[in-house]
Amino acid sequence: MLSFDNATAMLAPIAVAIPIVMACVLLVAGRRLPRLAVDVVALATALAMVSLLAYLLVAAASGRIVTWAAGWTPHHGYSVGIVLVVDPLGAGIALLACSLTAIAFLFSVRYLDAVEAHYHCLMLLFLAGMVGLALTGDLFDMFVFFELMGAAAYGLTAIVVEDESALQGGINFGIVNSLGAYLSLTGLGLLFARTGSVGLPQLHTELAHHRPDALIVAAFVLVLTGFLVKGAMVPFHFWLADAHAVAPAPVCLLFSGVMVPLGIYAAFRIYWTVFAPVLPLGDVRRTFLVLGAVTAVLGAVMALSQRHFKRLLAYSTIAHVGLFLVALACLSVGGTAGALIYVAGHAGVKGALFLIAGVMLARYGSVDEYDLYGAGNGQKAMGVLLIIGALGLAGLPPFGTALGKALSEDAASAAGYGWVPVLFVAVSALTGGAVLRVAGRVYFALGPMPVERSPMRARGNEDEEPRLLHVPWTMIAPILVLLAGGLIVGLLPGAHSVANRAAATFIDSAGYSHQALYKLPEGIVAPTASNWTGVGLGLGFVSAVLACCVALAGLYGRRLAEKWPVLREAYGPLNLLHRLHSGHVGDYVAWMMMGLAVLAGFIGLPLR
Amino acid sequence: MTRTVRYVVFGLGATGIGLLGVFAILKIPAFGASSHPYRDASIPAAVKHATSNVISSINFDQRGLDTLGEESIFLASVLVISVILRPAGHETERRELSEGRPLDSTVLGGLVFLPIVLIIGLDVITHGHLTPGGGFQGGVILGTGIHLLYVAGTYRMFEKVRPVRPFEWTEAIAAGAFACLGISGVLVGASFLANVVPQGVFGDLFSAGTVPLLNGVVGVEVASGVVVLISKFLEQALTVRSDSGNPQGNGHTSRETKTPDGQHP
Amino acid sequence: MSHYAYFVAGWLILIGAFGIMRSKNLIQSVVCLAVAQSGTYVLLLSIGYQWGGAPPLFGEPATKPNLHVVDPLVQAMTLTDIVVSATVTSMLLAIAIQIHKRHGTINPDELNAIRG
Repeated sequence: MLSFDNATAMLAPIAVAIPIVMACVLLVAGRRLPRLAVDVVALATALAMVSLLAYLLVAAASGRIVTWAAGWTPHHGYSVGIVLVVDPLGAGIALLACSLTAIAFLFSVRYLDAVEAHYHCLMLLFLAGMVGLALTGDLFDMFVFFELMGAAAYGLTAIVVEDESALQGGINFGIVNSLGAYLSLTGLGLLFARTGSVGLPQLHTELAHHRPDALIVAAFVLVLTGFLVKGAMVPFHFWLADAHAVAPAPVCLLFSGVMVPLGIYAAFRIYWTVFAPVLPLGDVRRTFLVLGAVTAVLGAVMALSQRHFKRLLAYSTIAHVGLFLVALACLSVGGTAGALIYVAGHAGVKGALFLIAGVMLARYGSVDEYDLYGAGNGQKAMGVLLIIGALGLAGLPPFGTALGKALSEDAASAAGYGWVPVLFVAVSALTGGAVLRVAGRVYFALGPMPVERSPMRARGNEDEEPRLLHVPWTMIAPILVLLAGGLIVGLLPGAHSVANRAAATFIDSAGYSHQALYKLPEGIVAPTASNWTGVGLGLGFVSAVLACCVALAGLYGRRLAEKWPVLREAYGPLNLLHRLHSGHVGDYVAWMMMGLAVLAGFIGLPLR
Repeated sequence: MTRTVRYVVFGLGATGIGLLGVFAILKIPAFGASSHPYRDASIPAAVKHATSNVISSINFDQRGLDTLGEESIFLASVLVISVILRPAGHETERRELSEGRPLDSTVLGGLVFLPIVLIIGLDVITHGHLTPGGGFQGGVILGTGIHLLYVAGTYRMFEKVRPVRPFEWTEAIAAGAFACLGISGVLVGASFLANVVPQGVFGDLFSAGTVPLLNGVVGVEVASGVVVLISKFLEQALTVRSDSGNPQGNGHTSRETKTPDGQHP
Repeated sequence: MSHYAYFVAGWLILIGAFGIMRSKNLIQSVVCLAVAQSGTYVLLLSIGYQWGGAPPLFGEPATKPNLHVVDPLVQAMTLTDIVVSATVTSMLLAIAIQIHKRHGTINPDELNAIRG
């Protein structure tokens, strides 16, 4: 369906404008209206966005929707305007953003102090930034919406100013992500110098007949860095644990569920449309396979050794981001489809886990695993939900995470990387096991009482709400919805073929460019989609069982350490790793520079 | 990490990316070259819509979506500052400031320059489509120019003249108006943020269609936003105190006061 | 010599990052972030420059539109960039003020509320 001029095409920029307008309305009216009215208006806006983007997704399924904003349609393949290209994957991730925002609004009704509707306005502006980033097809526009997301996110992280750790997390987040964004802008400048355009379709056309040289490699490294900082790839990941540990739970839901995957999405969108014709496939694949694997392992190991539950979940997000990277690094339709489904399933499961952490904080005033030993003894139902979430994180079929893993493992094995399934199983078992261990300690009082209980509670926004005696339905329903969502992604019969088609459209960069510039219809032939395989199902069950073993080892492990002193040898490197995550912004910037050099080496040295 | 280790890590990283950067810069088209394809396309486009200031045309007409994002960033930042610098926990705003009097020359200077600055600001905003300038630049001039009243007077007097709440409203209304102007382009059948207002003659005051309208809206938003932003910083420095009566140290201006009741911790 | 401007831009970005890395004061870190961004302004404006080109304005004094001007897109991008930078800097400074009130210090070495 060619949609240059018709009404559906108009919906894409309107989807960006609506949250901005409603944020302004709430800002003016918020002081007069009662809190409930503000919540209802915000929730209604988010639900309206959900339906708008669902419509766009369905419309995009039959072909990309191209909109040249302000009517500057291209002549002879050139235009001065900004293009919005809605393809199924972009619309899908924007829909995910709107859904999670709606769920976060529902959870926030009884959860935090809204500061005169400022919280709701910031969330709506955050949503506008996310939708804009997902739908736009212009590199400078991506930078602008990326900064909009950032500005709102820094504020949402530090919103509880009484908590000093929230402020430190907020400023670390702010400085590191802003520096990344400015590096991206530098890369954009280099691309503009070479090609004279900043739109993705035009960049594709211009770069397609160039040989890769130092300028293009530098532009690639710099442009992707900003988005990979947001996407928390090692060694750009340090800010994530700080920000997630201190931000309010509904905000963490958005961060882990969709903001971090958006960074990865943007990086790969830019790679496919601009750099895929120019840079050698093998070099890029190797770069992201290695860096993704390192990210996954580091995240899993750090998660396992945390006692602050939200920080544990943050590191598990890093671990799963590493797995997304490995899946996307296969640079194939199957890998991208697997990553897409994995992101959707992970958003549901991880979001539910963060909201449960929020309930723990509201109920018990802490999220420290050792301090809360046995604290949840009367609320076994919440413990069961936590266990279900943990098993979803570990990749138990039929969760969406399991389907995503199965598809990704399939794609990686087909590409010849047999170690990838092992990595996937190990990382998901470790992260799922860590959460299971927390569930066991807090809600079922398993294992011996930990001796290192600290008088100083783990910081986690203690002032978000005075102790809740009875968890309201506005806090339980979102958890159930998210877990159900994670399940549905895996159970839905058409999910794998939709994802496959979305992935094929995503990878087809020539089609993206030609359709945007010349109105040519697309002729995408998606390869046959793989679905649940026997191997995939089996590996999923294996991960879940391994996760239980990891949890039991964590709960009863003291005796293991006594039996096998060799385990103590691991403490040295582990402590070193913990010391590296120091909370000091200077360290983070130093590692960012190192990361730039590593990327430059991976891509540049083979081309020398 | 110790400082030494940090320096080493940074040094290694900077060397690596620096080498790549040097090689990349050697491949950039020479400085001052004359091949600029975007310029060659955008100047005729600006002329077609009767906008003399091509930069304003790019900002508000050709790439208006970027400016929508930019003004939303501005709105979000002012919101964040309002949230972060609010009196929190055990703090309240104290109103009993005992301030000195500024010098007579300061008062004279402030009162003489205030109307000049305000007129310059308004001029920069309204002529944004003809001369260098525009909504953002003029808005900053207006927003900061009003504070000449603070410099030339006392904070209490200044607060009476500049109530913060109306400025918050005008900022929000103007930001929303930008997006609504964009949507109105869709409602009349053209595209989002399309230039649908009659465009007039090139070089006239009433030319360029929606560009001066958007300039004005952005000017109002930025001016109000700057006023709100500075007000939050001023409040934080001058009036927010913890309930125990102790100023929690920062930003003492020369007109800072002692604690209101003379209490000690 | 024809690449001098680009080297200045790269140097500014590096020295800004270096400043954040070694800083003992959060306010200095935020200002160094602004320095790093100035590097991007220099880069963008240098890319758009043309020897002997006029500013891309034809209103005052009224001139006939011609193509012998500097690139207007980089100027528009720099304008957007400046607005973003100013707002982000002020936001981070506000957070630094609150950190000083809550922690009593703005030395990153001494902030230890989150680590590990």
